[in-house]
Amino acid sequence: MIGRVILAVLLSGIAAGLVMGVIQHVRLTPLILEAEAFERAGSPAGHSHDAAAPQPGQPDGDGQGHDHEHDHGEGWTPETGWQRTLATTVTAAMTGAGFAAILAGLSLLAGLRITRRNGIIWGLCGFLAVTLAPAAGLPPELPGMAAADLFSRQVWWAGAVAATAAGIYLIATQKRVFVMVLAALLILAPHIVGAPVAPHGENLIPAELIARFVASSIAANAVLWSVIGLLLGLVLDHTAKDIYAT
Amino acid sequence: MTARRISSTTSLTASKRIAAGFALLFIGATLTFAAGFSSMAVAHNTAHDTRHAIGFPCH
Repeated sequence: MIGRVILAVLLSGIAAGLVMGVIQHVRLTPLILEAEAFERAGSPAGHSHDAAAPQPGQPDGDGQGHDHEHDHGEGWTPETGWQRTLATTVTAAMTGAGFAAILAGLSLLAGLRITRRNGIIWGLCGFLAVTLAPAAGLPPELPGMAAADLFSRQVWWAGAVAATAAGIYLIATQKRVFVMVLAALLILAPHIVGAPVAPHGENLIPAELIARFVASSIAANAVLWSVIGLLLGLVLDHTAKDIYAT
Repeated sequence: MTARRISSTTSLTASKRIAAGFALLFIGATLTFAAGFSSMAVAHNTAHDTRHAIGFPCH
C-alpha cells in the first residue's frame, strides 16, 4: 500500500522531470553552451583545458572534438553530445522525482490531500517556494557569471525555500490575523536578510544572454511544477485515498 | 467496543500516512540533494546543466 503510493509519486516526478529534460534540451542547454564559450574565451588561465577556445558568440554547436566541455576540474565529466544529454535528462528526472516526493511527503504529513482538482495549485505553490522566491535573490545562473561563495548561496537558497513554503502553508491552513502577519514575515525574511551578493565586475557573460536564460529557466520550472502537481493529483486520487482518510 | 475498534483502525491508517510521508520526504530530500547540492565532483559534473536549469546555486 505505502509502496504503491511511493512508486506512483516517484513515477509522476520522473515523468515531470522528463518533460523538464526536453525543455532543457531545447531551450536551456543551448544557452548554457553559449555561456561556456564566453566563459572559456574570457578566462584563458582559468577554466579552459585547451588552447582552441572558441570565440564569443560561436558556441560549439556540434559538440564534437572537445575533450572537457566544462571546466570544474576533477572527476568524470560527461562529454558534450549524447553523454551530456543523457546525464542532464537523468538528473532532470531525479530532480522531478525528488521535488514530487517532497511535495507528496509534506501533503501526507500535513494530512492535506493533493487531488486531481487542486493538484495544479499544489504544483504552483511548489513553484513559488522553490523557483520564484529564491530567484528573487539568486536568479538562475549561467556558467561564467560572477557569484558569491557557493556554500553561502546554497544555505540562503534552502532557507528561502523553507521560509516561503512555511509561509504558504500558514496562509493556506490558518485564519487568524497574527498568523497571516507571521506568514508574510516568513516569506519576506530571506529577502530582508538578503541573498549573498556577487562580487562586482567579474561577469564574463553578456547581459542579454543572462536575461534570456533567467526568463526561460523560470518559465521551464513553472511547467515542471505544474506537471508535478497535476500528475500527483491524478495518482494520489487513485493510490492514496484511504491513507489520507484520517 | 465499536468505538475502540474504530479508534484503533484510525490510528493504524494515520500511522501509515505518517510513515509514507516520512519515507517520501526522506527519498525526496536524498534525490534533491544528490541532483542539486552534492559537492562531489562526479555529481556536480553529471548534474551540471540541470543545476543551472533548475536554478540551484552552482559553481
